[in-house]
Amino acid sequence: MIRFKVNGKEKTFDGDPDMPLLWYLRDVAGLSGTKFGCGMALCGACTVHQDGTAIRSCSTPMKEVNGEITTIEGIAPMHPVQKAWMEIRVPQCGYCQTGQIMQAISLLKENKTPSDQDIDTAMSGNICRCGTYQRIRAAIHQAAKEMA
Amino acid sequence: MKTADTKLGETSVSGTKMIENVSQSFRGSPGRSVSLSRRGFLQGALASGVFVLSARFVSQPLWAAEGEAPPAPFEPGLWMSIASDGTVTIVAHRSEMGCGSRTALPLVVTDELDADWSKVKIEQAPGDPKYGDQDTDGSHSVRSSFDLMRQVGATGRVMLISAAATQWGVSPKECSTEPHFVVHRASGRKLGYGELAGAAAKLPVPKKEDVPLKARSEWSYIGKESNSLFDLPEIITGKAVFGMDATMPGMVFASVEHPPVLGQKIKSYDDKAALKVPGVQKTLTIDPFKPPHLFQPLGGVAVIADNTWAAFKGRKSLNIEWSESPHAVYNSGPFRKTLEATSRQPGKVARNVGDVDAEFARVAKASGGEFKIVEAEYYAPHLAHASMEPPVAVAEYRDGKVVAWAPTQNPQAVQDTIASVLGIKKEDVTCHVTLLGGGFGRKSKPDQVAEAAVLSKQLGKPVKVVWSREDDIHFDFFHSVAAMYMKAAVGPNGKPSAWLQRTVYPPIASTFDASATYADDEMGLGWNNLPFEIPNHRAENGPADYHVRIGWLRSVANIYHAFAIHSFADELAKSAKKDSVQYLLDLIGPARIVPLTYKDDEADEKDRYPLDTARLRRVVEVAAEKSGWGKRSAGLGKGRGMGIAAHRSFLTYVATVVEVEVDSRGQVHIPGVWTAVDAGTVVSPDNVRNQFEGAAVFGTSLALFGEITATNGVIDQSNFNNYQVARMNRAPRHVEVQIVASEAPPAGVGEPGVPPFAPALYNAVFAATGKRVRELPLSKTKLV
Repeated sequence: MIRFKVNGKEKTFDGDPDMPLLWYLRDVAGLSGTKFGCGMALCGACTVHQDGTAIRSCSTPMKEVNGEITTIEGIAPMHPVQKAWMEIRVPQCGYCQTGQIMQAISLLKENKTPSDQDIDTAMSGNICRCGTYQRIRAAIHQAAKEMA
Repeated sequence: MKTADTKLGETSVSGTKMIENVSQSFRGSPGRSVSLSRRGFLQGALASGVFVLSARFVSQPLWAAEGEAPPAPFEPGLWMSIASDGTVTIVAHRSEMGCGSRTALPLVVTDELDADWSKVKIEQAPGDPKYGDQDTDGSHSVRSSFDLMRQVGATGRVMLISAAATQWGVSPKECSTEPHFVVHRASGRKLGYGELAGAAAKLPVPKKEDVPLKARSEWSYIGKESNSLFDLPEIITGKAVFGMDATMPGMVFASVEHPPVLGQKIKSYDDKAALKVPGVQKTLTIDPFKPPHLFQPLGGVAVIADNTWAAFKGRKSLNIEWSESPHAVYNSGPFRKTLEATSRQPGKVARNVGDVDAEFARVAKASGGEFKIVEAEYYAPHLAHASMEPPVAVAEYRDGKVVAWAPTQNPQAVQDTIASVLGIKKEDVTCHVTLLGGGFGRKSKPDQVAEAAVLSKQLGKPVKVVWSREDDIHFDFFHSVAAMYMKAAVGPNGKPSAWLQRTVYPPIASTFDASATYADDEMGLGWNNLPFEIPNHRAENGPADYHVRIGWLRSVANIYHAFAIHSFADELAKSAKKDSVQYLLDLIGPARIVPLTYKDDEADEKDRYPLDTARLRRVVEVAAEKSGWGKRSAGLGKGRGMGIAAHRSFLTYVATVVEVEVDSRGQVHIPGVWTAVDAGTVVSPDNVRNQFEGAAVFGTSLALFGEITATNGVIDQSNFNNYQVARMNRAPRHVEVQIVASEAPPAGVGEPGVPPFAPALYNAVFAATGKRVRELPLSKTKLV
């Protein structure tokens, strides 16, 4: 029996311990804001937080899950990052954006004033096929200012 | 030319049942894309009669739900309804995959209705021919529906004014509107749209000539900077419902092992190990397609499971023996040689001006010194779409009918495909459209939706089919591989007097006709409409066989056609020792309408969208100016350079300047991109800029990395590790998009940003390094 928290709620899991957290969240817990993109931690669409740090849920088996998992549904709107995403009008299709936002929140927790280079380093694991990178970078700078 | 209004007014089918299914099939609290709370007037909107325009305007009884006391919403039928609380519901009949048409078209209705956007809800239409063409591709959603949506909104406004005037006992001429109200200036009275909806609904629908449209200066939403995507709040909070998020009660999950080579069939298979995987319920087979493959399922073995993961895991333990396929001969290296050999032979003529052969002969004789013949060959590989959301769908077959939820660009193709595969009637297939996690053309082809329907029929319960990323890349409808041969005769002024271009690639037509080898219908994609002033010009197309499914990908054949044409143009510029921008302007020549041959169904293009070189020149000039061309490009220093290309596609004029920096390891960085766009009338400028910013990134992906290859018919790439796309650290650092103001009819914005990018980048690489690279992607060539 695996015990952990999702968005503040106690959870247990006794299914296949190899099941990635992503599929637990989507198919078992019904939290569909976390997206499937590649299954190999190559694209970042599945990014969630484990104890505040960004992880790729598609490559985190349930047996390694512990502590507090936070998904996009556990982020109280409007977080300054979400607000910046709204104001800069970042998304096109929007599919990758919850992963991008979770990654950005994690970045700003560790680095309150990231440079362009810091943002590139932190965000290059998150693919946006629509190509909204320029706006993502601008939104992160704006959120950093708002949170300062 | 596709138009949305050609089929309007034919039928009106009750939508009440569909709406109930809509409500049931989303779990949790749905986003605005589907909302239970709107059910009351949605029933009305979709169940009511036809609201069509011009001569076919028909007044219909508008509220027929039995036993309900009439809140009597104002319902101009198909496209729009107004509830008594003032909520305006507008039907979006095109899919939303990130290009913004689901927002743009309702904005147009809202503007002409003089409604308040904050009181507007959008209802996504299911697939139904009553909406006309719903295929969201070809960058034509706004172009094809702009006039219709204006008319819908303006008609509603006239009817609301009429209703108010009757109530007040005054002439409609004394009344006007302010957002969401009709006002009588003389007396200062006003009535809200919600209050008037019931009375307005009972009025006859006015004739088109009695419905004034706003002057451009009166537009309150069209063309405004403040417009943003309707679904933005749901997207950033994770509430937006994509195809991946659609569920049906009692559904099971399926993952399908497809034949690795196109056309292979199952000889035998062993599922013993797969069935032992926890959560796996059973395996089922899907029949292979009958040629041509169209959008049919590929066939294969499906693992049915309690959840997606168990289905994926079970598949790994399947043991399948496949039959032989003639397509196992497909090897990308030798195939390239075949394409190139074909490109050196005369092909089918797509456009002919003057006499290139005579001019080549004349110049060859005069050759030496001022006259020369220049030849070059270009190559572009297959590409995969790799939308962030892999193909996915959920469907239920029950009592001979199918209900599906899918991230599809073309819900009517879903109806057609499922009807054909299952042998049922098209009208017995309901396809609801979710948001799409990207599409780029892949999601016009609904093979995965048909898989879900086929499996549901076998199982007797709803099935969700989820493709892995590996499935997505292996079994795409690939952007075609292409070889281009170019030849020009150049005189003393450096300008070509003859220009021959030949293109050879497996055509998209092969998806619909297994014997098709020529790309006749794709010549309009940047090949039979060269906008240059050259007295002798011939465009040709050579034959090629297909061995994988070929489909359209964002801007389609324009990608390799623009790559060849604009690389070659720059080669000629450099050969003539001319500035690339000035040379390009000289090639385009003076402002004029380029005479082209149009097909019968292209009347709209011929009349409203002629190829106007003044507009093409203008975007070249604007992009050059914004980029600092001349001043900056001259002083960039070692390893840096700028390049330009200008290409009209989907009736939009685009010029792009790319600046590159090639580092000591030969890696290409892109500090800046400047794009100028003339897309005619634009609804949401910020979204248009976003599309062209994104096109620069999409262009970077295909120019630097994109390549799909096959070995013995099997695709070599599988995921983002070996099919790389641009990430933030390799994307252009700064993309500036300048929209050239225009009052021309709206043209495309989703695709046209892509074609000029690769040639502009390659021309910049030449400026930076002196290396002329003639094949995509750049990663295949060592620059240092």
